[in-house]
Amino acid sequence: MTQDKSTPYLRIERLTKQFGTFTALKDISLEIFPGEFICFLGPSGCGKTTLLRAIAGLDIQTSGRIFQGGRDISALPSSQRDFGIVFQSYALFPNLTVAANVGYGLVSRGLPRVEIETRVNDLLRLVGLPDSGPKYPAQLSGGQQQRIAVARALALSPGLLLLDEPLSALDARVRAHLRVELRRLHQRLGVTTIMVTHDQEEALTMADRIVVMNHGVIEQMGSPTEVYRKPASAFVADFVGTTNFLPAVVAGPDHVRLGEINLACELSVNIGPGQDVTLAIRPEDVVVRNISPTTPNTFEARVAEIEFLGSFCRVGLAINGGDPALLADFSINAVRDLSITEGKVMPVALPPDRLRVFVRPPQAP
Amino acid sequence: MTATVTPAPGAAPGIAAAAPVIRRRLDRDDVLMRLGIALLIAWLAFTLALPLWSLLSKSFQDRDGAFVGLANYIEYFSTPALFASVFNSLEVAVLSTAIVLPLAFAYAYALTRTCMRWKGLFQALALIPILAPSLLPAISLIYLFGNQGILKELLLGGSIYGEGGIVLAQVFYCFPHALMILVAALSMADARLYEAAEVLGASRLRVFFTVTLPGAKYGVISAGFVIFTLVITDFGIAKVIGGRFNVLATDIYKQVIGQQNFEMGAVVGMVLLVPAIVAFAADRIIQRRQTALLSARAVPLDPKPAPPRDWGMFAFCGVVGGLIFGVLAMSFWASLITRWPYNLSLTLNNYAFGNFDTNGWETYWNSLTLSAWTAGVGTVVIFVGAYLLEKSRGFPVGRAIAQFMAMLPMAVPGLVLGLSYIFFFNARWNPFGFLYATLAIMVLNSITHFYTVCHLTATTALKQMDPEFEAVSASLKVSLLRTMARVTVPVCLPAIFDVSIYLFVNAMTTVSAVIFLYSTDTKLASVTIVNMDESGFTAAAAAMAMTIVFTSAAVKVAHLLITRKLEGTTQAWRRR
Repeated sequence: MTQDKSTPYLRIERLTKQFGTFTALKDISLEIFPGEFICFLGPSGCGKTTLLRAIAGLDIQTSGRIFQGGRDISALPSSQRDFGIVFQSYALFPNLTVAANVGYGLVSRGLPRVEIETRVNDLLRLVGLPDSGPKYPAQLSGGQQQRIAVARALALSPGLLLLDEPLSALDARVRAHLRVELRRLHQRLGVTTIMVTHDQEEALTMADRIVVMNHGVIEQMGSPTEVYRKPASAFVADFVGTTNFLPAVVAGPDHVRLGEINLACELSVNIGPGQDVTLAIRPEDVVVRNISPTTPNTFEARVAEIEFLGSFCRVGLAINGGDPALLADFSINAVRDLSITEGKVMPVALPPDRLRVFVRPPQAP
Repeated sequence: MTATVTPAPGAAPGIAAAAPVIRRRLDRDDVLMRLGIALLIAWLAFTLALPLWSLLSKSFQDRDGAFVGLANYIEYFSTPALFASVFNSLEVAVLSTAIVLPLAFAYAYALTRTCMRWKGLFQALALIPILAPSLLPAISLIYLFGNQGILKELLLGGSIYGEGGIVLAQVFYCFPHALMILVAALSMADARLYEAAEVLGASRLRVFFTVTLPGAKYGVISAGFVIFTLVITDFGIAKVIGGRFNVLATDIYKQVIGQQNFEMGAVVGMVLLVPAIVAFAADRIIQRRQTALLSARAVPLDPKPAPPRDWGMFAFCGVVGGLIFGVLAMSFWASLITRWPYNLSLTLNNYAFGNFDTNGWETYWNSLTLSAWTAGVGTVVIFVGAYLLEKSRGFPVGRAIAQFMAMLPMAVPGLVLGLSYIFFFNARWNPFGFLYATLAIMVLNSITHFYTVCHLTATTALKQMDPEFEAVSASLKVSLLRTMARVTVPVCLPAIFDVSIYLFVNAMTTVSAVIFLYSTDTKLASVTIVNMDESGFTAAAAAMAMTIVFTSAAVKVAHLLITRKLEGTTQAWRRR
């Protein structure tokens, strides 16, 4: 299938979904390109599943349009749309064998038996379970069931693969393994895929682009690196990864005051001096090595507590002589080389290009 | 290095509100399902709503069909002989409930929470009365305590005919119904609560009142309402053993069959409808408050042996079970006696029904035919109906109407439904009048009478299925009909069997639902019991009752065997 990678395969325009007086989706617009692996990421109740179900035609939107491959599918029932879907429960038919499950859609197409058998075997090989055909779903492990559900969803070669929290029912080890498997499968088949998840790690490792949602709106859309490095809002910074939030006051066109400390950073034009802001920095961005007198944003901090986490230590730093306010991740090497122990006072730096300034503090999801 | 400002949330709701509302286009399955729901509404209107409407309007008419307002009601409430029945019925119902509830609770407790011996036997024994018409315990009591009863002396000169007899027979008849609900309620228990109580040093009694009883609260309430409704709507027992003690159910029969006063019959029917509906509504409202007491992480309770309690319960169940067996055995023995109480030699003559009733064994075959049709047609209609209501999307008004009508039969006494069928199918304007006095009208009546329990059974089974099966089918472009045939029905097969057996056994044993609807050609075995008892052929009545018991039991056993076989073949997927 040759696809023009520059025109969107799925276009969502101003989608709104109302459940009575509750607005689950507010004016969502979104473009997804052919072959992309997209993750809808957000806390429960953020509207990510509602959006997926609208795309599938299972719960139709109140207003707004959806185009798939140039076709307006806004009002079409599920049966007339082109997608395969894997649910959190997998929804495998318990009374049918694995082969009958995978071939379920093929049989109604009226394909010859031999052809169906070949296709089913191909699909089972594709998901790495070539011998499971005669078994019943209950005889398979959770991870195997999940892969059968994927095979069934791919049976009709849909243009769009929808995955609704496909990994959340599995234990951690299987989940990590299937993450890689799913990603490989996607790279091999190139089918445009949307996955709904509340697990940021899943989204960061699997997606080409992440759509971070909260309270029915899109907070940010971008590559995993963009979302992690340059969170567009305090919510995103808080929800994806760990972030320090520090209250600060704007002091000038390019610096803020954090208590007694003056910090250089870039401010957008519409923030004036004297305004309260929230400063955000990730623990791993706090610098402790190679600090010279010319290093910007350097100040003295006291090591208040150290949490050993195996490959690194999470250190609680007290600044301005107060309680520990800043978490910093230091490698075991750094801890050893600089002999960082509780009570030590040492210079640390917050690199200006790693500092983010938000007008609003993160609200609880 | 960038600083970002979060856009104000909800900045432009006004614009979105102006956008046109999208309506999902319907596919073939949607159209089919809506058509199905429309048909279901039409069916329930025809078999339930319209007949009830006929009954209601009849109660406001005089003999010539002219509207007389509340005149019939005024006459009813100003005639003490009629009005007294309201209190009689309530009294009997309350008394029976008060006796059955603690007995059934203790029995259910013994079955679920102790390490008593022979649990299986006691459970089976207690459930046998379900297979019998309500007339059977009444007949047995007459043989035991009647004018020529073998234990008559125990009454110290009192008479079994009347209130006492009715209550005793009702206790026997209602016991298994209450037991089933209470066993279900007591089976669900979280062992962690009991461990916590024990660790905190609570006494056995305190645990019972703070953990066990609250956990089974909704089951107890439900069982109470079920007994109350069963008693107040039952006709057979009061007819056979009531003597001169009038209750609402026998009043209807007397007005309609005895005095041909259909209008007054309709009034009594409406009066009888009130307590049944109140009990039903109250139960529904209370059950709605019930939240899931059992979380997915609950640990099932495994009773530990406690010899004094276990043997005490064994003795209790032995007495109750023994009484149930005794009542059942009395009828069986009586049916084999040559001439009670003068010639106690055994005979099968009482089973030669032709000697006592002109229709003879024909009534039995009529009953079998009726039960088979009721089970066959009823199962299909009810299961498909439940499927439509559970799985269709959109069409909220139609679904709400159908759902309401599916729940309504539970609140309508069989006698009232039967009476309303007379009015509806006899109405001059009704083109379906030809159904009157046929087997078909009794099939319709029986399906409707037992609709709700079956509907709930089917709905529960459907709810246990993954709700995404239909979504997956749609994404795979497979029609719902095909998924229903290949997945839904096979997975629900055990529930479908339960529904059909329930319909069969109930159609076999019911009296009240059909007593107004049979003709000489379509007379039923259960009705024959009433007739033979009226004519003084009590032994033959007992024989017919036992024939019904044996038939129901045979069907039930066949059901168990078939289910077991099914589990071996079509349900192989349930095994891991």
